[in-house]
Amino acid sequence: MPAVSKGDGMRGLAVFISDIRNCKSKEAEIKRINKELANIRSKFKGDKALDGYSKKKYVCKLLFIFLLGHDIDFGHMEAVNLLSSNKYTEKQIGYLFISVLVNSNSELIRLINNAIKNDLASRNPTFMCLALHCIANVGSREMGEAFAADIPRILVAGDSMDSVKQSAALCLLRLYKASPDLVPMGEWTARVVHLLNDQHMGVVTAAVSLITCLCKKNPDDFKTCISLAVSRLSRIVSSASTDLQDYTYYFVPAPWLSVKLLRLLQCYPPPEDAAVKGRLVECLETVLNKAQEPPKSKKVQHSNAKNAILFETISLIIHYDSEPNLLVRACNQLGQFLQHRETNLRYLALESMCTLASSEFSHEAVKTHIDTVINALKTERDVSVRQRAADLLYAMCDRSNAKQIVSEMLRYLETADYAIREEIVLKVAILAEKYAVDYSWYVDTILNLIRIAGDYVSEEVWYRVLQIVTNRDDVQGYAAKTVFEALQAPACHENMVKVGGYILGEFGNLIAGDPRSSPPVQFSLLHSKFHLCSVATRALLLSTYIKFINLFPETKATIQGVLRAGSQLRNADVELQQRAVEYLTLSSVASTDVLATVLEEMPPFPERESSILAKLKRKKGPGAGSALDDGRRDPSSNDINGGVEPTPSTVSTPSPSADLLGLRAAPPPAAAPATSGAGNLLVDVFSDGPAAQPSLGPTPEEAFLSELEPPAPESPMALLADPAPAADPGPEDIGPPIPEADELLNKFVCKNNGVLFENQLLQIGVKSEFRQNLGRMYLFYGNKTSVQFQNFSPTVVHPGDLQTQLAVQTKRVAAQVDGGAQVQQVLNIECLRDFLTPPLLSVRFRYGGAPQSLTLKLPVTINKFFQPTEMAAQDFFQRWKQLSLPQQEAQKIFKANHPMDAEVTKAKLLGFGSALLDNVDPNPENFVGAGIIQTKALQVGCLLRLEPNAQAQMYRLTLRTSKEPVSRHLCELLAQQF
Amino acid sequence: MGLNLGKCLKVGEGLEIRFILIQNRAGKTRLAKWYMQFDDDEKQKLIEEVHAVVTVRDAKHTNFVEFRNFKIIYRRYAGLYFCICVDVNDNNLAYLEAIHNFVEVLNEYFHNVCELDLVFNFYKVYTVVDEMFLAGEIRETSQTKVLKQLLMLQSLE
Repeated sequence: MPAVSKGDGMRGLAVFISDIRNCKSKEAEIKRINKELANIRSKFKGDKALDGYSKKKYVCKLLFIFLLGHDIDFGHMEAVNLLSSNKYTEKQIGYLFISVLVNSNSELIRLINNAIKNDLASRNPTFMCLALHCIANVGSREMGEAFAADIPRILVAGDSMDSVKQSAALCLLRLYKASPDLVPMGEWTARVVHLLNDQHMGVVTAAVSLITCLCKKNPDDFKTCISLAVSRLSRIVSSASTDLQDYTYYFVPAPWLSVKLLRLLQCYPPPEDAAVKGRLVECLETVLNKAQEPPKSKKVQHSNAKNAILFETISLIIHYDSEPNLLVRACNQLGQFLQHRETNLRYLALESMCTLASSEFSHEAVKTHIDTVINALKTERDVSVRQRAADLLYAMCDRSNAKQIVSEMLRYLETADYAIREEIVLKVAILAEKYAVDYSWYVDTILNLIRIAGDYVSEEVWYRVLQIVTNRDDVQGYAAKTVFEALQAPACHENMVKVGGYILGEFGNLIAGDPRSSPPVQFSLLHSKFHLCSVATRALLLSTYIKFINLFPETKATIQGVLRAGSQLRNADVELQQRAVEYLTLSSVASTDVLATVLEEMPPFPERESSILAKLKRKKGPGAGSALDDGRRDPSSNDINGGVEPTPSTVSTPSPSADLLGLRAAPPPAAAPATSGAGNLLVDVFSDGPAAQPSLGPTPEEAFLSELEPPAPESPMALLADPAPAADPGPEDIGPPIPEADELLNKFVCKNNGVLFENQLLQIGVKSEFRQNLGRMYLFYGNKTSVQFQNFSPTVVHPGDLQTQLAVQTKRVAAQVDGGAQVQQVLNIECLRDFLTPPLLSVRFRYGGAPQSLTLKLPVTINKFFQPTEMAAQDFFQRWKQLSLPQQEAQKIFKANHPMDAEVTKAKLLGFGSALLDNVDPNPENFVGAGIIQTKALQVGCLLRLEPNAQAQMYRLTLRTSKEPVSRHLCELLAQQF
Repeated sequence: MGLNLGKCLKVGEGLEIRFILIQNRAGKTRLAKWYMQFDDDEKQKLIEEVHAVVTVRDAKHTNFVEFRNFKIIYRRYAGLYFCICVDVNDNNLAYLEAIHNFVEVLNEYFHNVCELDLVFNFYKVYTVVDEMFLAGEIRETSQTKVLKQLLMLQSLE
């Protein structure tokens, strides 16, 4: 075979390249380039027309200069001219220049497209391929518009050469991916599928890629490809090692084509046709059998090619997740690889086993390899292999082996690479919590984590241990004892001080009986760390100290001394100073009872998904940005943090606090006795008892509504025009809502858009708009994985008699959701009458063969159908009086769960749907609102009043509506929001 | 993470190869073939980053390395690193051998290929790539077929 001599054909180019290579400095290189650019420019501008060869040479030099990293701002026209040359070498340089240098919005695109068009029509396969490659390389929308219709024709034309078909298939693939709307589906699609039968293996290789891409978008239209792919695969797999001649690679028949076919099959569930399925299973078994045969060559290329097919086969087996026999065989095969001398194979086996661990059929088989995997964690030289081992240990962990795995991971942590420490910490923390049988083990594990890798223990991890200790009284004494011991270490991590300080502040009394950990000892131990800590930790410790004063009165004098010290009272940090001042005063002025109430033990935290798990998902999941602020907003973390609230962060149970805070807590119907303060006037205004209420003509409801504008005539009925009533499954068909459903629903009471739900697999976003009694909601289901969801079906269910109260029409969505893709579902909603419970949204799909289901509460609450109503103070009071029957009012007094910010409150009330009325309430701190709930059957007028008490961090919310259940329901909904 | 490779193309969109790079040990690029849109700064950054992650690895390491939301499959031949960036779910060994298959073709075509061949004939290397990989997919795997085609093109004026 003749070798290509260096730079043959273009001597000038070779000389130029040599010159550049001989340049001793960057300056010399630039000088040489500038000289060349000037030369080329003058040639291009010169009077003498350049011949094709010279043009090609200069364009090629420009390209070389560009690839060296220099800007090129001329020569494009000359390159375009080369396209119309009828010499291959000139055309090729022209196309290359354009593929590398011309961006899609160039003005030259029309000229380029023209040249491409000519070449496509030339019937010269070489020119046609050049043109197709150029389209595939540039792939711009303009090219799509110009050629998307021609290429399918070229692809399926009987007289196209094989090489042209190959290029056309992939060119079409590129255009389809860039702009699917431009590629017309048509009779060619059926013929494309039949390319799987093509005699030329290269054509099949290219066509499978195109078909796979089309299948992902339109699985039903391409179903016929399953049986064709299976028979093609079967022919390859069962052929002898040399049958396929050109397509045999190191004794392996068509490895790349086999891999592509196996990937194509992963777009679909197992074949329904028994014969096809039988044939496929036979193929898969053959591949597994061949893996056991002695190698036909010692070359690594042979084993790599063979194993490429094997790993893809295993992926398909895992994808089906329905053949226990094959799953176990796959697991055994991977088990052999775990000890293979090739690092690549060990790595891939660990990776692949990770997915096998999640299948119920192979989980146990995977577990048998635990010792090998632990050994890999200890001995592998490549950090990425160790990381896969850690992943696999995490995936194979269950109750039976949790202690072993956690202790191995802890041991690994001592020497782990910095890059993966945080992830290992999170994994250990999750496993310890998930599989904790006794919580003392859990506490030990987390404290070990802090000891070994304190810097990598994020807030989520140590918040979580505090939440768990707070919620489980069986472990509190042990936790106190353990942190006390851990703090004995001369140098302990600051996170240990935080956890220790918090736990001793809450539960130090449980170990105070032991003279070795008597209150003064506990205090001096903590205080010995104080000066070395950051401001946030010192702030937390000050809270611990004030709690000590309550727990251990004997420490009061010492602690007051500390608080009184100039270094605290005049601390440059405002937070520390404020805490010192306030705590000192609190400890001096408050009675023991008050102190005991204020500083009572923290109430249990509401159970929620572990924030650590959320964090791990964030680290792993792509684009999980929205989950991030969830963690931040976590109210309990604020409480624990101790860096946020300047006042003592515990307020005990609501009932006694009402007195403490001086809020009038009289039951609503009773006429309020006038109390002191700014509330006076309003109390008078609002406090008319029912008796004082003269009945004014018609019922209060009608009176209230009489002045309000009638529903607009152009009410958006068009919204409901699409008749696609989904076949709702009965409520018995769907599972109960997930535990967080109410919490998620609450997030949407005052807003219409946002992320409704998110886990590792799925994100559900909501956009909705409501007008009068109608609404339209868009649900966006995002597949966060890279694997297609199948049988994806979201349905809306009306529990109880909601059917008669709310009509929801849904449109069906595609049954497949590609990895990384998002589908949208439109819901049309009509409120027929007032309702109390929201509809349920049930989402089911298959992910990697395993069924998934999820039930959420659809964020449709009665307040969505609010029409805000503006009115003057006088009107408001008149109506307020009219709605004074005891059952028309609902009232709630509650503690603020969020910082009390007037602007935020306003925004929430407006989001809730009512109008905000200024200058109605004499107390400017209070909020007053009015609105009408629009339903098809009736309208319900609503008035509301919210009185914040910033000092006490409490609210009082009062609602009056013309319908009793509505008052109560609105009150419940709104009270959750502050 | 200065670069938004993740934003440009989401994982799982199905474009198999994102780019092919051939670099020498000093980090000089001998071929860069991009299958997705990047601006020039991004390309330069990617080139540097790939060089940084690949050259620190030794023969005992795997031929795979995680790279942002993707992975690089690479193989070293003398002083040259051949790197292919693909989706994390793609088949590692298939691409590892695709690299070798490509190298064998170059070797045949340039008759014992060396780095200088790739420098002086850079415009021909693009033709070889396009014969074997197109639109981010493997186009042709038969060395016989590819070489036959290349020789035919070589004979054209």
